[in-house]
Amino acid sequence: MSIEQITKNHATETVPAPPRLLKGAQIIWEVLQREGVETVFGYPGGRVLPMYHALAEYPIRHILVRHEQGAGFAASGYARATGKVGVCVGTSGPGATNLVTAIADAMMDSVPMVAITGQVATNLIGKDAFQEIDATGITLPITKHNWLVTDVADLARVIREAFYVASTGRPGPVLIDIPSDVQLAETQFTWPIEVRMRGYRPTVHGNVRQIRAAAELINTAKKPIVVAGHGVVISRAFEELRELAEKAGLPVITTLHGISSFPESHELSFGMLGMHGSAYANRAVQECDLFIGIGMRFDDRVTGKISGFAPNARIIHIDVDPAEIGKNVRTFTPIVGDVKGVLAALVPAVEAKRHDEWVEQIREWRRAVPMTYIRESEEVLPQWVIRQLYEVTGGDAIIVADVGQHQMWAAQHFWFDKPNSYITSGGLGSMGFALPAGMGVKLARPDENVWVVVGDGGIQMTMMELGTIAAERIAVKVAVINNGYLGMVRQWQEFFYGRRYSASPITTPDFVKLCDAYGIPARRITEKSQVRPALEAAMAHDGPMLLEFVVAEEENVYPMVPSGGSLSDIIIEPSN
Amino acid sequence: MKHTIVALLEDHPGVLNRVVSMFRRRNFNIESLTVGHTDQPGVSRMTIVVEGTDTHVEQVTKQMHKIIDVLKITDLTAEKSVISELSLIKVSTNSASRSEIIQLVDIYKARIVDVSADSLMLEVTGPEEKIDSLVSLLRPFGIKEMVRTGRVAMVRGGSGPTRLSDDDLEVRYRPNNRQSKVAV
Repeated sequence: MSIEQITKNHATETVPAPPRLLKGAQIIWEVLQREGVETVFGYPGGRVLPMYHALAEYPIRHILVRHEQGAGFAASGYARATGKVGVCVGTSGPGATNLVTAIADAMMDSVPMVAITGQVATNLIGKDAFQEIDATGITLPITKHNWLVTDVADLARVIREAFYVASTGRPGPVLIDIPSDVQLAETQFTWPIEVRMRGYRPTVHGNVRQIRAAAELINTAKKPIVVAGHGVVISRAFEELRELAEKAGLPVITTLHGISSFPESHELSFGMLGMHGSAYANRAVQECDLFIGIGMRFDDRVTGKISGFAPNARIIHIDVDPAEIGKNVRTFTPIVGDVKGVLAALVPAVEAKRHDEWVEQIREWRRAVPMTYIRESEEVLPQWVIRQLYEVTGGDAIIVADVGQHQMWAAQHFWFDKPNSYITSGGLGSMGFALPAGMGVKLARPDENVWVVVGDGGIQMTMMELGTIAAERIAVKVAVINNGYLGMVRQWQEFFYGRRYSASPITTPDFVKLCDAYGIPARRITEKSQVRPALEAAMAHDGPMLLEFVVAEEENVYPMVPSGGSLSDIIIEPSN
Repeated sequence: MKHTIVALLEDHPGVLNRVVSMFRRRNFNIESLTVGHTDQPGVSRMTIVVEGTDTHVEQVTKQMHKIIDVLKITDLTAEKSVISELSLIKVSTNSASRSEIIQLVDIYKARIVDVSADSLMLEVTGPEEKIDSLVSLLRPFGIKEMVRTGRVAMVRGGSGPTRLSDDDLEVRYRPNNRQSKVAV
């Protein structure tokens, strides 16, 4: 029986199958399989050995990573690309602590993820046993919820609850810590059809009266804008957003994570706002009279100085998490609920309208200071490389960006029309994210062109995952944008720290030789003329490939809103 | 201003830690906190006093709501409620001061729970102001030791908002155990 058949059968199961005597270790996989898990990312160790022993009995693909952080990021990439829960596994102690960065990252970016860690046997807990760490304590503030399972009879229910919590409401990571003796203990396994979580009741449906009030504001606004965030992508509300914008004639701006929630070639699309957003998007925010925030959380990188943010606007805020309402800005009309449902209800309530004058105004700002501008240069400019990548892929790719300058250039210079095609670590900003996350994305969506765009600093944080990529033949393409610096750090040092480049120059290995050692084809590109042929060769290659672009060293990301400034303080271009 | 928040929690190990840890992480200050059992099995009740603006306290309650072991939260500040705390106070005494202290005990409807040659232990309950005022009157005699529980509170009249209904106690879900197949 194929995995699909098995899971389909389980999906229709409404009465419990007769109990079977199983070990805890088997129950873990039994429940995972019934939850529809096909791939997990992990690393074995002493306290998860029972679980790994049982794995062979189940049709679940295990990807052995080279470091648990890679397992966490790969599970995150997998989840971001599909909306399904990503699963990562690590042993007790260092296995758990190595997962921490990826769990925190998933928390900040609302990624559904289940992390399973082994724990020392229950009789050793609290004794500072070998490889003992307080995994639930450490991950308390960076998980939506976590569990230490001390009785095998609770195991099936807990894992089921974990999947439920991770994937519903505002998604997020959860952790289940399972002592080795619980994995070895036996119990009568029954599939827990129901879960009992009386303290967990996410608000999914928007309040009808609030939706009507929002429609009223939209109908009477003169200069409205929509700012779409990650929530639109997470709730897969692409169609609803488009209908709303087209019907009510609303210009759409996105946050970093909102990129690819709305086609950037659409006439109502006006790019990204915030610290490295376009001048016209930020100006539109500052001049609008109605700010419709959809599935976004008014992060400081979005708002700049709060007191100077959108000074003329009333704010409608749609979010599934009630705690986001009023956290950073005062909201005129809040709507708590799942974005997709709220927008579906909002569309019929708004009047069909156009705001030609206002939209034309923003277009004029765009003509004056376009985002598409890349200066002429003999050097290989990083922005230009991104543009070539766009042209070679025809935009038909999923870009998995790391953290830093290249992340912003990818956001600015690749045009995203394809839904959910820009994946990055936005909230936590974890360097080292892209390579392992890219593996997860490619495994989740094997038919897509998956391009990891990463700096020379970031790739060196999780470069060991080239080993996983080679071993599992994961056909990701990797574009290393190498400027010899921790570029964003250097840019801040240039702007705000008197050009003292303290600890920002960084050396790199010979990536071609390195990849050769792993059996991954690679090229080093130093001339403009080599860029397109290399990209085309990578596209044509059926398997993983790495391209190292040696780019201009001291290129900066513009525009930039200086930290602490308001969006009106934007720096458009270098002032010689 | 001071807000009195009542939270009903799952009576599990570690739940107190979850709540307190959230306060620390979000930089919210706790003035006082008490936890104890309720009449409903498996449910414990926490009374927290926080100082802050309405917006600040709203954020506190919303963040508390996100903790899965928190079942219900009520801000009692705007409600008509009985607010009380308990204090044990050990005061220095000698034969000269003892009767004067006993007079204060009577006035404040406190109780003497322990007597020794050179001290008296009092138990007093009531609103904070009452205890504050007794403490200030006792101070000249010499307070050897004192403990206060912090506020507990309950809404007056009828059925208060700070109790779980039978429905709330028995919430069950039947999750769709298949996640939708890869949807973009």
